[in-house]
Amino acid sequence: MNGARRLLILGGIALALWGMGYGLWYAVFVEHQALNGIGSSLAAAFDASANRDPVAAATALQNYKEAKYVYDRQVDVHGHWIGLAMLLIVVGIAFDRVRFAEAYKRMLALSLLAGAVIFPLGVLLQTFDHGSVPRAIAILGSALVIAALVGITLGLTAHTASAE
Amino acid sequence: MAFSHSSTAEKTNEMLESSFAPLSARRLLVLGGIGLILVGMLVGDIFAVFVLHRNAARVGGSLASAAHAALAGDRALVQASFQDVGSLLENRGTKVDTHVHMIDFGYLALMLAILQPWIAFRESAKRRLAWLFLAGAVLLPVGVFLIHYIGLAYSPLQAIGWASISADLGGLLVLIATLGLLLGLGKHFRSPAPATVRDTLLLDRSAAGRVLLVGGIVMVLAGFLHGAYYAGVDLYRHEALDASILTDMAKAAAANDAGMVDRSFKAYGQLQGDKAVKIAAHAHIIEFGLLAMLLAFFQPYVSLRETWKSRWAYVLILGSVILPVCVLMELRFGLVAGGLADAGGFLVIIALLAMWIGILRHTGQLDAQTGDAR
Repeated sequence: MNGARRLLILGGIALALWGMGYGLWYAVFVEHQALNGIGSSLAAAFDASANRDPVAAATALQNYKEAKYVYDRQVDVHGHWIGLAMLLIVVGIAFDRVRFAEAYKRMLALSLLAGAVIFPLGVLLQTFDHGSVPRAIAILGSALVIAALVGITLGLTAHTASAE
Repeated sequence: MAFSHSSTAEKTNEMLESSFAPLSARRLLVLGGIGLILVGMLVGDIFAVFVLHRNAARVGGSLASAAHAALAGDRALVQASFQDVGSLLENRGTKVDTHVHMIDFGYLALMLAILQPWIAFRESAKRRLAWLFLAGAVLLPVGVFLIHYIGLAYSPLQAIGWASISADLGGLLVLIATLGLLLGLGKHFRSPAPATVRDTLLLDRSAAGRVLLVGGIVMVLAGFLHGAYYAGVDLYRHEALDASILTDMAKAAAANDAGMVDRSFKAYGQLQGDKAVKIAAHAHIIEFGLLAMLLAFFQPYVSLRETWKSRWAYVLILGSVILPVCVLMELRFGLVAGGLADAGGFLVIIALLAMWIGILRHTGQLDAQTGDAR
């Protein structure tokens, strides 16, 4: 197993374990409270409306918006880390079929691994800071993943064409 | 020369056979993994056709009831309506979880099957871990499916029922088996001079394998591009709309404006539909892409003629593209697009079943040869 292939497969396994560990921690310690927060703030908003109290309704809806923003990202991070880990492993297994020089293949593998770590990390950071830095990190991560995938697809297509 | 060719082919076949022996870990994980994916997809298709839309309508109905209760100043009905929403969402959530976990465990089983030659344990230990993995991979989704129906009946705990306990136990079994197999992988790489593994399964360069591999990675790439577009154009707009529509609805209820409540409710339904189809299309095309790539590695085990192997590969790719594209068009073309999306899912299931039968034929041929040799 060469360096780039090993990087993708072992990196993918490590990322999958990290994503599962994060998911387990999230399910046990955070998720129920987050869902309760979303449900109760929405119910409180309508309850306040029924009580003809628009100020309380607006406050409850602001809480709902914030809780949902955080919940959606936390779940997305878990799903994307594990999904990207599976992609790293599968691409790693097929990497000997990518018809490029070893140095270029190593660069592609590094880009894919870095993007797979950085992209969900940027999304997770958005739950702490709504500014543009976490968003830029997420964009950088997804750009790395997409660029690496384009390169790998070209390498596989070149291999297929030559095999035919 | 001809002799040399045939001896190489025989040697390759022997290596292929030895890695796929009766009740070997790899055979268990391949057949079990594809079986899990097939059942998970069938559950998903049945859910999409018979449950999804009806459930969504009932959730919408309960939310409308909450809004109108607020309009009428009936706080008790508001609470009761939200309890209904919670129960309906639990019903929907557990069914989606069953579908997703079965398919994902199937993918994991296929990946672990590929890694078997690198796992430095005895075959008997690997087989036990494979059985443990499959037991957990069945127990978790079945437990999750039953959560809505069993609830807290006869449970010794206050908040968690027997179905949840079974599901958690299933998850634990999967985790133990996966960690065990990964320890074997680590043992291989940690040894001072790791044995060179030459797995003939990965040497296959058949047409069907190439179609699945290239088609799969193109689908994954398309899914990522679509996801990036969604994140850039729709995500923040959807989040802002979600909060603003609900605010309008609550304000209208507080101001006793029934017309505004109904308009807000209609807009909220459309927004949820728009979000759901875009996320579903993104997730499905990437998952189908990964499935195609995984299946590419197992083509040497599919005992069908090359032409049929290629046909089933194309059918799988076709269904994998039709489903997410038609899901995206559901809001514009309604039931027609929904029906076509279900047909796409059905094509994937048929192609996968054909490949599974091909692998079963291969195991039958191998076992018959082993019997003859004895």
